[in-house]
Amino acid sequence: MEFKHVLMILGVIILTLAPLIMYSGLGEDEGYFGGADGAAGDLIMEISPNYEPWFEPFWEPPSGEIESLLFALQAAIGALIIGYFFGYNKAKYDDQN
Amino acid sequence: MHIMEGFLPPMWAAIWFLLSGIVVIYGIIQLNKLIKDKPEVKPTLALAGAFMFILSSLKLPSVTGSCSHPTGGGLGAVMFGPAITAVLATIVLLFQAILLAHGGLTTLGANIFSMGIMGPAIGFLVFKLLKGKLNITWVVVLAAIFADWGTYVTTSIQLALAYPLPDFGTALANFGTVFAVTQIPLAIMEGLLTGLIWDYIMKLRPDLLAKLGLIEPAKAEGGAE
Repeated sequence: MEFKHVLMILGVIILTLAPLIMYSGLGEDEGYFGGADGAAGDLIMEISPNYEPWFEPFWEPPSGEIESLLFALQAAIGALIIGYFFGYNKAKYDDQN
Repeated sequence: MHIMEGFLPPMWAAIWFLLSGIVVIYGIIQLNKLIKDKPEVKPTLALAGAFMFILSSLKLPSVTGSCSHPTGGGLGAVMFGPAITAVLATIVLLFQAILLAHGGLTTLGANIFSMGIMGPAIGFLVFKLLKGKLNITWVVVLAAIFADWGTYVTTSIQLALAYPLPDFGTALANFGTVFAVTQIPLAIMEGLLTGLIWDYIMKLRPDLLAKLGLIEPAKAEGGAE
């Protein structure tokens, strides 16, 4: 791995950890770490209080746990494909060199 | 960044469906042509789609104290352009709308337009403009960052158009604050991750990138072919 790549990975880690450290001890009840999508929905209800969402999702994950399951599944599908691509090509690459 | 189900008035939902539909259909035609002409690039298509799957499932904390997730559209945009990326984004958005109630079916057109079309189009443009002027890794990083920012600015504009209260400018500023500010650090993160994965493809399969016309064929030697 090149030095550049180490710096890039460090950058990702720092950017992820910084908010958790900055707002350490604060949680959803204080209005932190909620989703931006929901915040936009709240803003719509605030500036246009009479607006009624005219369509409901057909199905919602019955709980936060199930939602995490499906999000994890989504990431796993992606990671499998990427891992396969890189694993397959890395083996071929090592074979040739 | 997703507009929630039911939160766009029917007229706007229809407009964005129409605009996105045209691009997605064009993208499907392009995609079929690409697969027919260069079947060997198929794995990179899967890779770009998979990258979007992962990144859009990572809800990350941002320095503004709210959470959002990257879109992953930058990689596809750089490799295949915005139209094909729109097709990939449609798959991801359908998954999220149907299984996660994240985004929505009525707002699908608008969400495809911001995440699958405008963001990637801006990333694609940045890539074209900077290519050859900087080290290609950083060009890709910047393209992904701008693709991500472009997405959030577009979503803010879409919401401000639908809810110009009290006027368009104020609404745009308000929605922009909710989305774009949260997204500034997340976009940088997405850019770095996109750059990392790009470099790894460059190391292992530069021939595939050369096939797509992204790098000089001369530089494509030494991969795993």
